[in-house]
Amino acid sequence: MPETFKVELDTPAYKGSVSCNTGLFINGKFVDAVEGGTIDVINPSTGKLLTKVAAATSKDVDIAVAAAKKAYKTSWGLKVPGAQRGELLMKLATLLEANIDEFAALECLNVGKPWSESRGFDMKLTLQTLKYYAGWADKVHGHTIETNEQKLAYTRHEPYGVVGQIIPWNYPLTMVSWKIGPALATGNVVVLKPSEITPLTALKFASLVQEAGFPPGASLESNVSPSGATAGTAISMHPDIRKIAFTGSTLTGRKIQEASAKSNLKVVTLELGGKSPNIIFDDADLDQAVKWAAIGIFSNSGQVCTAGSRIYVQEGIYDAFIKAFSEAAAGLNTKTGDPFSEGTIHGPVVSQTQFDRVMSHIDAAKAEGAIPFIGGERHSLTEGFFVKPTIFTNCTPDMKIVQEEVFGPVAAVVKFKTEDEAIEMANDTNYGLACAVFTENVSRAVRVSNALEAGMAWVNCNITTEYNVPFGGYKQSGYGRELGAYAIDTYTQVKAVHINVGLKI
Amino acid sequence: MSSTVKIPVPTLNKEISVSTGLFINNEFVPSVDSAEVIQCFNPATEQVIASVVAGSSKDIDVAVAAARLAFKTTWGKNVTGWERSRLMNKLADLIERDKQELAELETLNNGKPVAVARDFDIGDSIQCLRYYAGWADKITGQTIEVDNKSKMAFTRHEPIGVCGQIIPWNYPINMWAWKVAPALAVGCTIVMKPSEITPLTALKLSELVVEAGFPPGVINTVPSLGSVGGAALAAHNDVDKIAFTGSTITGRKIMEAAAKSNLKKVSLELGGKSPQLIFESADLQQAAAWAALGICYNTGQDCTAGSRIYVQDSVYDKFIDVLVSTVKETVIGDGFDNNTGGGPLISKAQFDRVWGYIDAGKAEGAKVVLGGERRNTKGYFVDPTIFTDVDSSMKIVKEEIFGPVLSIGRFKTEEEAVALANNTTYGLGAGLHSTDASQCMRVSGLLEAGTVWVNQYNILSNNVPFGGKKQSGIGRELGSYALEEYTSVKAVHWNIGEKLQWPLSF
Repeated sequence: MPETFKVELDTPAYKGSVSCNTGLFINGKFVDAVEGGTIDVINPSTGKLLTKVAAATSKDVDIAVAAAKKAYKTSWGLKVPGAQRGELLMKLATLLEANIDEFAALECLNVGKPWSESRGFDMKLTLQTLKYYAGWADKVHGHTIETNEQKLAYTRHEPYGVVGQIIPWNYPLTMVSWKIGPALATGNVVVLKPSEITPLTALKFASLVQEAGFPPGASLESNVSPSGATAGTAISMHPDIRKIAFTGSTLTGRKIQEASAKSNLKVVTLELGGKSPNIIFDDADLDQAVKWAAIGIFSNSGQVCTAGSRIYVQEGIYDAFIKAFSEAAAGLNTKTGDPFSEGTIHGPVVSQTQFDRVMSHIDAAKAEGAIPFIGGERHSLTEGFFVKPTIFTNCTPDMKIVQEEVFGPVAAVVKFKTEDEAIEMANDTNYGLACAVFTENVSRAVRVSNALEAGMAWVNCNITTEYNVPFGGYKQSGYGRELGAYAIDTYTQVKAVHINVGLKI
Repeated sequence: MSSTVKIPVPTLNKEISVSTGLFINNEFVPSVDSAEVIQCFNPATEQVIASVVAGSSKDIDVAVAAARLAFKTTWGKNVTGWERSRLMNKLADLIERDKQELAELETLNNGKPVAVARDFDIGDSIQCLRYYAGWADKITGQTIEVDNKSKMAFTRHEPIGVCGQIIPWNYPINMWAWKVAPALAVGCTIVMKPSEITPLTALKLSELVVEAGFPPGVINTVPSLGSVGGAALAAHNDVDKIAFTGSTITGRKIMEAAAKSNLKKVSLELGGKSPQLIFESADLQQAAAWAALGICYNTGQDCTAGSRIYVQDSVYDKFIDVLVSTVKETVIGDGFDNNTGGGPLISKAQFDRVWGYIDAGKAEGAKVVLGGERRNTKGYFVDPTIFTDVDSSMKIVKEEIFGPVLSIGRFKTEEEAVALANNTTYGLGAGLHSTDASQCMRVSGLLEAGTVWVNQYNILSNNVPFGGKKQSGIGRELGSYALEEYTSVKAVHWNIGEKLQWPLSF
């Protein structure tokens, strides 16, 4: 029987207990992993062990998929009317709402993100997403199509069946909602693998799935072994999983697509990395541009796939921008710390591995001649994985710091002269997730955002995601869309039906 | 006078309290200029159970002004879809909490059985509100490619504004939900005029509107005579849209008033004389059950009542036997009696009207095979009545009766059946019973009705549209289609690069 992780907190942000089960959630129950392995879960604010959770292997994935398949055939899928699926999702959202503070606290413990972000952003977006998709469940329409009087032709938008979902560690619970919301609303059953670094809120969420009354097998979650590879690979290769949705690194995304090609050609959607440009023109509102630039690269300690990590500043405004932007970064640096402390708005990166990676990017940037205008080193807090908000200037397009995704609070600033130059530099990347444009000239705003090769464009704002506006990338940032109505298409497949109404041959 | 009245429910030894003023700006208020009241009856006992304030046309002005202010400030584009959704879901939850009492109030004023009111009328109403709550943050327009170098073009689906809604007495709560839900979801504000015969549950629901937390003025409820409040809404220059469910005669007046005033958008859900066709391959037992539902449900007081049935010659005698014995099982009685399947007719006026048709049927030579006999008791009870040997010229075949009175004819061929079915200026519903798949497809394609049921009748779903063809109405309720009734499209053309020369050169 799996154990319960429980801790009592007494902090300015949260007072009370925080708990979750540490097993695998399969077929409506928490169970031990078949091969008995465990994963260490670390608190990134302290570097210390929080708890151990069960580590799934391919054997557990097989059990989970079998249960999911059975549920799909008997107690879920199109056997359950949309209105009922919607009701269950709404119930799940309501249960989350009733326990939202505890979930926020658990997220802070596991991810290190400040309470203001966890409670104020992550939890809110999670709730919105769940309720939004609850409302879609009975609104999945196909079309009737006029052909001729002797035929009734129509389409059905049917679920795939068993879908595998692999999510990352930067917004653990929010990513759960983005994935299971549309999948369950449309009638799929889910085998979800949370990140091995941040499994706790997903596990706690599983107990709500149980409480809400979902049929066993409909929504399942399994944890993964420390390498991530075992269960993730098992899911991407599984012959009974009809579709896989992955959010994570481009490197792993390639492996998922390859595995699909080698196994059963399961349908793949990928939401991968980014090196999103933020273009600031001379005629931008400087004060606003600075604030949004900071949000774009320092939110969640820069661990955001849409992070505006390349900042292109037109020469007329460059000096003023750098001065103000570095002041903003310095301000953040003084508010760095434990997520539950009053005033904390900058947290650690999620793990030792990530910390090492970010620091090596910083070192490489320095080596290539970029200037660390501010930051560029570990924070003075020696416990935990804290990196100072960092701004590199004197960057040129060929530098690693401009080309590669850092996934930390590190901005690379490049100066530009003309609009065309900015667009060309911004598009000079294999990524294409997001972009941002700052200008008070509306024609330029539309023109430039039209010209940028990205799945999302923000004008005079940055990384503000809405649950009902689609989210996803161009180029090697991925394909397929989440959020909004578009996610409904992502989780349905089209069957065209031709009914002969009288043609005798 | 605006106050709370306590209505006794004798069989349950309790009272239900109802605020009896006009519900404007989240308050119950007296009329500004009239002392008129509307008396509400219990059709099972013929007794007055309450009196409510009767709104005047000046009261309609006040309500419209409140709705307009709310639309400009706290509703319309000032509120997110998310917030509209939250409030609507809250309202649905409150109705669910109070469904037993609301059902009892519905039964007192309308007569339908309590269990039916609670589990069907109110159950469907709760689902309707939740369905449209789910639409509130999913209203999208289009972005449209014109010329990427010079223009950005897109549409916005904006709420149309202040909506007048006039609802009938046959499903008071359910009709309230059908109207209110899509309007609220897209951001419209409402002046609701419930039927003067059955205003009580609309007033009770208004109390829940306050409790749910809607801003004042978003929903206003003005019980009023149709010729006063209804006419005022239809003619009002500051009402952007009127939605009406009721008789075709009144529907014409509404449309005329809209044309003569400000050309407000109109949607109408009017009468019907809906046919069911029984083909020889049909499962006769099932067809008879659906036919019974079609004419006896809600004691025939249903706009889609299956009031004409045409049976194929080869199965005619057998079907009549099965049908009569099926319909005979229907128990018409007091709504608080657990054995009752259907209640009384709603009022003396309807009672006299229905009897007028039954007498006319007899006088024109149709044959009574079931019912047709008056009860000699209190209450507007009419037992199911079936006429055969009818022809198309008879009043009972041509006109909407709105009671449990069924006319049955016969046909030889499919072509004849379709012709008989379509021989009406109405076009609300139609049903066909057959196990021949091609016939089902063919005939459902040929029937001129807004809803066609195949091997079923009168079962609706909140996410499937409903409305009439021909003189049964304009526009659709339910499903995603209802959203179009309450939105108006604005196209935006945004020049991002075209420099104009004037005069133009050719």
